[in-house]
Amino acid sequence: MSMLEILRSKFGEGVEELADFVGHKTFLVPPRIVREVSSFLRNEQVFGFDYLTCLSGIDRGKEEPRFEVSYLLSSLTRREMIQLKVRVNDGEAVPSVCDIWRTADWHEREAFDLLGIVFSGHPNLKRILLPEGWTGHPLRKDYVVAEADKEPWEREESARESNEHGK
Amino acid sequence: MNTENSPPANRGLLEVERLYLNMGPQHPSTHGVLRIGLVIEGERIVDAEPDVGYLHRSIEKIAEKRTYLQFIPLTDRLDYVAAMSNNFAYVLAVESLLEIEVPRRAQYIRVIMAELQRIASHLVWMGAFTNDLGAATPLLYGFREREDILDLYEMTCGARLTYNYYRFGGVSRDIPTGFVPGAKKFISGFWKKVDEYEELLTENEIFLKRTKGVGVLSREDAISYAVSGPMLRASGVKWDLRKDRPYSVYPEFAFDVPTGETGDCWDRYKVRIEEMRQSRRILEQALDGIPEGEILPPKLPRTIRPKKGEAYGSVEAPRGELGFYVVSDGGTNPVRLKIRPPCFVNLGSLAAMVHNCLIADLVAILGSIDIVLGEVDR
Repeated sequence: MSMLEILRSKFGEGVEELADFVGHKTFLVPPRIVREVSSFLRNEQVFGFDYLTCLSGIDRGKEEPRFEVSYLLSSLTRREMIQLKVRVNDGEAVPSVCDIWRTADWHEREAFDLLGIVFSGHPNLKRILLPEGWTGHPLRKDYVVAEADKEPWEREESARESNEHGK
Repeated sequence: MNTENSPPANRGLLEVERLYLNMGPQHPSTHGVLRIGLVIEGERIVDAEPDVGYLHRSIEKIAEKRTYLQFIPLTDRLDYVAAMSNNFAYVLAVESLLEIEVPRRAQYIRVIMAELQRIASHLVWMGAFTNDLGAATPLLYGFREREDILDLYEMTCGARLTYNYYRFGGVSRDIPTGFVPGAKKFISGFWKKVDEYEELLTENEIFLKRTKGVGVLSREDAISYAVSGPMLRASGVKWDLRKDRPYSVYPEFAFDVPTGETGDCWDRYKVRIEEMRQSRRILEQALDGIPEGEILPPKLPRTIRPKKGEAYGSVEAPRGELGFYVVSDGGTNPVRLKIRPPCFVNLGSLAAMVHNCLIADLVAILGSIDIVLGEVDR
């Protein structure tokens, strides 16, 4: 049985395989079962994905659902790597996996800090890189960079744009 | 962090009060800006919570605004003690999206640079770590030998710290005439130098007392916290990306992966010392076998547009697994670039290592992680 078939027989048809990743298999799972799939992949001997290499949040801009969380999983015994993905809308929570792989704790805080993705069940979900009183989430595509922090060419560009709107 | 969760332990006749103490943001042992909130009972640490985020330079956001090529010099600035390894991981990620072949000569040069960088980085680590423990001499020794490596880098790419040397498909320029003899001269003398460091430290009573049994990270914790590099190997996990997820021409070289048993500061020290010897082995083989040929593939467009998709490129950097996760929409700049820095992840395991240790041990434990804060909060 292929991995997709195993996951589907266990967790239903909601699991999909995505093709645009170079090198590893990528599976899209619905947010509500991400914890079940995670512990299955970690604890089941045949998989043994005991090492969460990286967790990243992605803002997909205008696409629906807007946010994506990617989990890169490694198996130290079988030397294999796969990717799990979860997609949620703005404000929708992703169940935290930081009790399954403790490294997820900081990664989830980072995704929350920079993209505003909420992880439900996280014991300490607060900003990690930016000060606590910071407004907004800088890695969102619609984040407005303060005029003073812009590069000179960006300032020229925004000035030109506002002039055109004025006419 | 709550200081009042459980009542403080009653240690004999003295009532012990539970206190919250800030270490840093600029403590001499943190090598950058880092604050650690400590909960202490007398000299004992009950809990530690690192507050990173004093340096955040929004490198990942900047990456979205620049072309793929323009981002290479910025990777140098993430981990300024191992800039070559950062170049390496980033170009690997983009190359796998571009599907280009790297000429063999360039592959060899890349491996040589990366291994020299590992030695240089471990030398800085050894100096800084022992300096944290109160010894000044090894720092000078470490910097003395690192200087030779920086000279080799300078003659190759003109820079001593931020090299900007790797390119998609190869390296920016060929190694100069004097490089191979210079590098051979360095590594032939380096063999004795490592023995010297060991003579100075390995048998040293004070050093042993400060490191053995201090800051133990169990095998299970090491895996769950996803620590990598010498820290993971010190905890007894034989995992090295050069062997276990091979990239470039590493499979062509013979070398061993040293591991520790208990995962304490001592093991982390021993693993790094042994790694310097193994890097020297790789260098010997690579310098002898460096093939003739091109250093860049022919016909590479000036502005590259990788196909739509995602890739993850990672290398065994001196501090552990350094990865770049790149998302491309087919345009000239990445839509998302996430860096998986070994220091950020390794530092996450700090609380698991410090329980019930002394404040002075915390300095040793922090030093043994080998953090570069520029990489922690990017």
